[in-house]
Amino acid sequence: MIEISDLLIKRNGRSVLQVDSLHVKRGETLAVVGPNGAGKSTLLLTLAHLLKPAKGEIKLHNKSLKDWNELEYRRRIAFVFQDPLLMDMTVEQNIGLGLKFRGVEKEHIHTQVGKWSKSMGVDSLLGRRAGQLSGGEAQRVSLARAFVLEPELLLMDEPFSAVDPQTRGQLLNDLSSVLAQEHRTTIFVTHNLKEAAQMGDRVAVVIGGELKQAGTPQEIKSNPIDSSVEKFLKEL
Amino acid sequence: MSDIFEITLLSLQVSTIATLVSLVIGLPFGTWLALGNFRGRSLLLSIVNTGMALPPVVVGLVVAMTLWRSGPLGSLRLIYTPAAIIIAQTVISAPVVMGLTAAALAALDPRLQQQLLGLGASRLQMIWYLWREARLPLLAALMAGFGSVISEVGASMMVGGNIRGQTRVLTTAIVLETSKGEFEKALALSALLLTLTYLINLALTLIQQKGKSKSQ
Repeated sequence: MIEISDLLIKRNGRSVLQVDSLHVKRGETLAVVGPNGAGKSTLLLTLAHLLKPAKGEIKLHNKSLKDWNELEYRRRIAFVFQDPLLMDMTVEQNIGLGLKFRGVEKEHIHTQVGKWSKSMGVDSLLGRRAGQLSGGEAQRVSLARAFVLEPELLLMDEPFSAVDPQTRGQLLNDLSSVLAQEHRTTIFVTHNLKEAAQMGDRVAVVIGGELKQAGTPQEIKSNPIDSSVEKFLKEL
Repeated sequence: MSDIFEITLLSLQVSTIATLVSLVIGLPFGTWLALGNFRGRSLLLSIVNTGMALPPVVVGLVVAMTLWRSGPLGSLRLIYTPAAIIIAQTVISAPVVMGLTAAALAALDPRLQQQLLGLGASRLQMIWYLWREARLPLLAALMAGFGSVISEVGASMMVGGNIRGQTRVLTTAIVLETSKGEFEKALALSALLLTLTYLINLALTLIQQKGKSKSQ
């Protein structure tokens, strides 16, 4: 569904990420794992059409990113950031925001928001303002805001790193079960290998601005491609 | 009495129009300054910030020279008309709105832009929602813009000429009455100006506080 080849991303003239080849199948969850500053978030921002690559190609449904209308492309995906980044409005308005951008009718927005707020366990909070939520609640709202769009590609950038360990475990379990039910194509960034193994059908290891290896968690653990991957796995 | 009513009405008219024009110019330009990533941005920002402290009398001089018959826009015959005061006041107020808009948007989390785009917002939708998010400081920008023009006297005097029944506004009338030694009249007009300014700012503050309590 999404294919990346010979990708090079530069920031301020400096090369920050290189991906020779990577593809994600429809319905698959790919967990991108690597140390802080490795280029994982850069990969997601590029896939979201929020950063322009210096070189290489990204294809969605066999159509190059360059040939997609930017807005049309962005409306096929949804992005969940590390922090919830909710708007100063009610939970209901926050969850329905992406649908509003797409000009969806109010009634349909209401139905969809009801469905996804329930799935994410925030249906009792719909009337609250975003500023009144706890960290875990806010992140659940941010997940519902992405899922409500029923995107073709869901991009998540360490969505649970800002919540406490207990809430994190709960959120991970809930997210895993929703992803298993939905079979939504997802790229999930984390620096935690255990989390990557729990979430991902496959894992991609990014170290020092380079995609080193992609495969099932078992393949990577049993057969790291080089010493940097081996060292990273050991450190974890 | 009808004189005072006329003067007050004209003061409100020219300052409100100048503030609205400043908003139309300052909001998009300030947004561009805050969100844009281009060469010379810091230089432009510093110019706008300097513009926030433009002395009204200097603005009056430059606008008057531009609008004088022999000036580049003399053929428009705007000098000593309310339109000339509006132009001068817009020059004073627009940098205030611009600078404070840029500051308000720059204070937002920069990732908010990416989040909105990542949810499928068009560029215009993104800007609209950033304005919405910064609505309280933007309202403060509007209040500061209005405050900078309702209280100025130098520019209105130089480009308006303080002509009775045509371009006399509250501030220029206060100067005139003071120069004539009519201190009681001058004080009464000052009280009127202060009351009007207070009432307008009270209304805007109430709107601002309503927005603030909603967001808590």
